[in-house]
Parts: sequence; structure tokens; C-alpha cells
Amino acid sequence: MTSLFSIVLAAILGLLAVASAIGFILQRRATEPGSVATVQNLNARIRSWWIMVAVFGGAILLGETSTVILFAFLSFMALREFWTLTPSRRGDHLALFLSFFVVLPIHYVLLGTEWYGLFSIFIPVYAFLILPAVATLTGDVNEFLARSARVQWGLMLTVYSISHAPALLMLETGTPPALLLVYLVVVVQLSDVFQYVWGKLLGKHRFSPNISPSKTIEGLVGGGASAILAGTLLYRLTPFSPLQAAAISTVIVVAGFFGGFVLSAIKRDLNAKDWGYVIEGHGGVLDRLDSITFAAPLFFHIVRYWFTT
Amino acid sequence: MIALIRRLLVLFVRILVGARSEWRGCTPDSSRRIYFANHNSHVDTVAVMAALPWPVRRLTHPIAARDYWGTSAFRRFIAEKCLRAVLIDRKPAPDSNPLEPLERLLEEGRSILIFPEGTRSATDEIAPFRSGIYRLACRFPDVDLVPIHLDNLQRILPKGSMLIVPITCTARFGKPLRVEPGEEKAEFLTRARAAVIELADGGHAA
Repeated sequence: MTSLFSIVLAAILGLLAVASAIGFILQRRATEPGSVATVQNLNARIRSWWIMVAVFGGAILLGETSTVILFAFLSFMALREFWTLTPSRRGDHLALFLSFFVVLPIHYVLLGTEWYGLFSIFIPVYAFLILPAVATLTGDVNEFLARSARVQWGLMLTVYSISHAPALLMLETGTPPALLLVYLVVVVQLSDVFQYVWGKLLGKHRFSPNISPSKTIEGLVGGGASAILAGTLLYRLTPFSPLQAAAISTVIVVAGFFGGFVLSAIKRDLNAKDWGYVIEGHGGVLDRLDSITFAAPLFFHIVRYWFTT
Repeated sequence: MIALIRRLLVLFVRILVGARSEWRGCTPDSSRRIYFANHNSHVDTVAVMAALPWPVRRLTHPIAARDYWGTSAFRRFIAEKCLRAVLIDRKPAPDSNPLEPLERLLEEGRSILIFPEGTRSATDEIAPFRSGIYRLACRFPDVDLVPIHLDNLQRILPKGSMLIVPITCTARFGKPLRVEPGEEKAEFLTRARAAVIELADGGHAA
């Protein structure tokens, strides 16, 4: 795995170096206030990409435990961003406390110890029943259904869904499982990056101004197609044939798109532009992982069902 | 050793509740100031202190109630040693001046952090301000009073709970105010409270 992984890492670092160089040139050329702001945001994004690649690449190199811990931390940050924007009442306090400090850690321990049976039902079944049960103890019935739904959605999106990315590490497919995780993350993130680039270069027709004002049809089509092409070319990282890789990258790209879209819809509902502030140029952790929330479980189940030995 | 514990405490609070700062009406400055904030939870003091940049934090002393923070060795350690807090009596003896330690700090050129509601409120409402802040403003007319609004603390650690939920807290620093010539106590207290309430809007929407 190390040799293949080093090639991928070198390619990503090369891409980033090219991006940084382009950003540097654009920065010297930009004069109008509008384009200066765009270029500044672009360069902030590129700087953050260096850090994200270093953190993610470092965790993969260090091994499975550190990768699981990294994702547990990302889930924690994402859940916190979710609850910072989402309203809650005094009656939810204990349920929220349990989400952060009991459900999240137990879920990741189940992942770390590869207890797949309980891992797959712990949040959707047990947290789903226990948390509203706990919330009834305070006697606050105000908006009870909506509040219970929010508690469950917070966990499903930020903990359960995201954890399916590191869960790939427990799959035996004949290829090193870390490469499957790298494959998923690279395809999803390339799809986002290509959509951004295509949208900035050619974007004219807004896809859905209500939900995501910056998404254009040109960006979606161009970005999606580029990411599917990249996913197909990277088939050597996976147990897939090139044709299978093309089909699976299509699933990843479409799911990733809807992940970003659904999380944008939630943001609009909560009157926010970004989920958080920790990643310069990108917003919050959840702004960066929104596509993963939908793509990871699908990819995990496809691989688990058809490709495990 | 204490310095290390202090830094760990700030780091811990940053990880737990973010403790971001948003400077709206002024910039961080180490000149002496009276910071005043709304009061919802025990985390408030630490959250503001963690939100202040180190050079300012170093010179700022929060004011804490002796009847809570002075009751055990651990609380006293956190308050007095880690946060450089000054403990005062909420129900002082009739002929004493409870503000005296605060005045002494300001005279030395240090900044203080007070919670003019006097006690933690159980709701999101900001209670009417007590008069101490007016007396300080009159006694130090050339010192800026900086309003701070802390959001989400009601949800992070509500009154009556010991469980911290790690939602992000932002400390918003507003435009400094001073007591105007001839301004009455009630008028000033209303104005100061309004300055905090005005900062409550998160400005998330874009």
C-alpha cells in the first residue's frame, strides 16, 4: 500500500503546488475589488488544502487507529457545528450531552474494535430510541417531534454517516483498505474542487439559487464528469475493474452532490452561510465533509456487499 | 507551573466551547477597560478570558462572587490562581465598600471583567443591571466600558446542570461607552444593558 499511496500523495502535492502557483499569479494580476476577494478566497482555500492533506495523509500513514481517531475528532467538530446553529431547548440538554460524550465515543469504539453488527445499528436503533426517552424525563413537550428529529439527524449526519469513511478500514477486499478510504476521499473532494473550478470558469446557469447560490449547471456537469474520469483512472487503488470504477465513482459523485445540497438546505433553513469557521476559506468542518456524509455510507455498502472476500 | 495550568485551561475551554471572539465595536487593546457581559453560566468568565488575546488577558481580572467561587479550595484555585479573579461579597457588610478591590485594580492600570446582572439568569433574558457598574463608570470617567455578549452559554451549561455540552460560544465585543455628564443611574444602566442586547444578533445570515 505504501508505494501506491506515496504515488497518490505525490500527485496530490503536485496538484497543490500547481494550484498555489496559479493562485500566486492570479493574486498579482487581480485588480478589481470583486476579483481580489475571489482570489483571496481561492488562496485561503488552497492554503487550507495543504493543511487538510497533511493531516489526512499523516493519519493514514500512521495507521488505522490514528485514522479512526482523526475521524472521531472530525465528527465531534461537525456535531458541534451542527448544534451551534441548530436551536435546542433546556429539555434537550441531557440528550445533547449524551450525543457528544456517550454516543459518539461508543460508536467510534465499535468502529475501532470492528464490531460491525453493533456499529451498524447502535445510532439508528438504540440512540434513536434512548435519546427521546431521556428527553421525556424533563417533561418539556414543546415541539417534541421536531426536537427529537434534530437530535437524531445531528448524530446520523455528523457521526454515523461520516464514520462510514473510516469504516472502510475494516473491509477485507484483497487491496489495502486504507487505499479505499483514500479513493473515496479523493473522488469526493476532487468532485467538489472541479465543480468549483468549472463553475468559476464557465458557470452561467444557476442550479438552485434558493439552496446553493454558487452551484451552476456547468459546474455540476463539468465537475462531476471530471471527477468520474479521475475516479476511473484511479481504479488501481481499488479492487474494481475500470468499468466498475467508473460506475462507482458516478455513485460517489451523485451522492456527494446531494450530500452538499441537503446540508446547504439545512444551512439555509437555519439562516446560516457556513457551518463554522475553523477551515479558512471553506467555513467549517461540516462544509468540507458535507459530500462525504452521503457518499461514504453508499460507497461502504457497495464495497462491502460486492467486493469483500 | 501556574502559567502552564492557565494555558491548559484556556486550551481546554477553546476545545470545549470554541471561545471565539468577534470584535465589532472596538479592537483588542491592553489599555485599562471595564468589560461587562451577560451572565448565563459558570463557563462565562472562562469563555471571555479565553476569547481575549493573551496580552489583554494578562492584564484583565474577572470579578467573581465569593459565595460561590470561594467555597472550596479547588474553586478558589481556578478563580484566583488560574483566572486572576478577584472575589467579592455579593452581600457586603453595610458600612464597607465592596467595589474597593476593583477600584484598586483600575487605579493600577489593570482591566476588569464584571457581570452586572449580579447573578446567572435562568433564561436567555438579560436581567436588569445592578448599580455597581454605574458607580465604577462615575468613579473612572476616562475608562472605556466595553459591552460583551456571550451567546449559547445557556445551552452549553444551563443553570442547575453540571453537564457541559460543547456548543461553540462567541464573545462579541461592542462599542465602548462611558457615562455622560449628568447621566442618571437608571438611564445609564438601561443604556449599558441595551449595548449588550444589541450584540445578541449573531449575524449568521448572509
